[in-house]
Amino acid sequence: MNVVVLIKQVPDTTDVRIDRETNTLIREGVPSIINPFDMYAIEEALRVREGVGEGTVTVMSMGPPQVDAALREALALGVDRAVLLSDRAFAGSDTWATSYTLAAGLRKLEDYDLVLCGKQAIDGDTAQVGPGVAQFLGIPQVTYARKLTIESGSTATVERMLEDGYDVVRVPLPAVVTVVKEINEPRLPSLKGKMKARKAEITVWGPGDLEVDEEELGLDGSPTRVVRVFAPEARSGGTIFEGEVEDTVESLVRELVPVLKGEI
Amino acid sequence: MSYFLTEEQEMLKELCAQIAREKILPVRAEYDETGEFPWDIVKVMAASDIYGVYIPEEYGGFGGGVMEMCIAAEELSRVCGGIALAFAASALGAYPILLFGSDEQKKQYLPAIAAGERLAAFGLTEANAGSDAGAVETRAELDGDEYVLNGTKQWITNGGEAEIYTVVVRTSKGTGIRGMSCLIVEKDTPGFTFGKKEDKMGIRGSTTRELVFQDCKIPKKNLLGREGTGFVVAMRTFDKSRPGVAAQAVGIAQGAFDEAAKYARHREQFGKPIGSFQGIQFMLADMAIQIEAARTLVYHSARVVDSGAKDIGKLSAMAKVFASDVAMKVTTDAVQILGGYGYMKEYPVEKMMRDAKITQIYEGTNQIQRSIIASAVLKESAAKEKKE
Repeated sequence: MNVVVLIKQVPDTTDVRIDRETNTLIREGVPSIINPFDMYAIEEALRVREGVGEGTVTVMSMGPPQVDAALREALALGVDRAVLLSDRAFAGSDTWATSYTLAAGLRKLEDYDLVLCGKQAIDGDTAQVGPGVAQFLGIPQVTYARKLTIESGSTATVERMLEDGYDVVRVPLPAVVTVVKEINEPRLPSLKGKMKARKAEITVWGPGDLEVDEEELGLDGSPTRVVRVFAPEARSGGTIFEGEVEDTVESLVRELVPVLKGEI
Repeated sequence: MSYFLTEEQEMLKELCAQIAREKILPVRAEYDETGEFPWDIVKVMAASDIYGVYIPEEYGGFGGGVMEMCIAAEELSRVCGGIALAFAASALGAYPILLFGSDEQKKQYLPAIAAGERLAAFGLTEANAGSDAGAVETRAELDGDEYVLNGTKQWITNGGEAEIYTVVVRTSKGTGIRGMSCLIVEKDTPGFTFGKKEDKMGIRGSTTRELVFQDCKIPKKNLLGREGTGFVVAMRTFDKSRPGVAAQAVGIAQGAFDEAAKYARHREQFGKPIGSFQGIQFMLADMAIQIEAARTLVYHSARVVDSGAKDIGKLSAMAKVFASDVAMKVTTDAVQILGGYGYMKEYPVEKMMRDAKITQIYEGTNQIQRSIIASAVLKESAAKEKKE
């Protein structure tokens, strides 16, 4: 059973600060981490490999060269191989172009039975890349998995977490499964894993290594245009009219009418 | 601050800090309350290879030495000095094998200890043999190919939880330090049971228990070194393990200092953070000075021990005395800075103060350490005079 985990390096947003002037995220001094939901996907992949007793776990990510650190962190956890899709041509990708590129990376890997992702990234919060990859590859997708059971080499049973219960889905493999944090408890790295990860070679692929249409990559291949990014103003508290009902209604009407008339 | 750690040591420090922050911090108060043994944390540390940091690679370890043991003990103790002992006490139990075991004994026991699959413990103290370690009364009579053990060991850290015990016993008639030997005893050996589990002031996330031997038969091949060398085994073991206790003390002190400094920045009285008052500032400065001095001495002693130097007893004892006295002082001052809040269990500093106290007592009280240091410096002085 060969499992590929798609991961994203994100800013550690436990302390998000927005630059009020430029309306962009302040990245300086904010450490980068593996998207927390992806940690559950990595853990699940390792458990699948351990459960089945054979196969490999590969992590793949698209991003700038510094994603190397995230990939090594995954290797330290016991992942066998890491692939980085990195090139200037990939810069500015939205979820469409990202899914397209990652799908091309998976096609080049060829031999995979299962693709795991976190349910969404904590920076963009779109939850679109996992499903997008499945679409580009033409394979099934199961989202929000809270339990995954490999039944044989060719099917898996997945419990999908919903707001008021869960679905049980049987899916033929290969498939893309996105996971929620209820699925497991991620392990910590080991010293031997960290030592190995430090020396490991990371495969880097650019557009030339993939079967892709260059026009579909990066900013050019991205239909999304970000028009404006802004931090919503904090809402001020409402007005409470206190006293006898007759009096409060009267004062409410007095304040409301000019607003409705557009005088204020 | 750079402590000139190697890349591997930095990696170990970072990993131990992660274990402490992510796994130990959320449960330390609970273990302190219940006094149960932290098996879930043991499993995490084992999976992360922490148990083998000071064990040579040929026996399944990471290939580090006392310095690596100290780094791990310090980082874990920053968050919980009690739970850290599930690691450090296993090292104490393993050192006699590491130092005096035959290749066969090492091959048999060290890989499982390095993997954290089996914990080790060291058994020396008895009701009438504490600081006077030569007064051990537990007897081991040789009967053919077996020693027959009778007696009770007291206050054994990891007692009942560990599977491999290095036990100091009396193998010859009479008293004194020459009639002692060290044996490897495995849990579940017939005649080996566990007695009273202690209810302690601090390090409550660690188990302290009696080892009871009643006609317990141990194969002769479990003898470490030669017969009669038990006291030497114990002393050489302590030379290696005392920097570890000192590192535990530094960790506890650092943990308490961090809490105190944070509190001083946030707590406001008289309309200002209390950290803006000189009375508090000078306390924090003194705490920081003491911790820095202690850590430097601990790292220095660990590095000297690892260099293979001889006569390391004095330096090792100095590190233990100084760091543990610092831990007691710093944790007490941390409670003082947090005031009434510091005295309450809602904040972690009262636990740190309770945990710190044992570091002045165990693995040789600080008074015994001073005796070791004094005897060494007087000997050095005599040697100098001879030369003159």
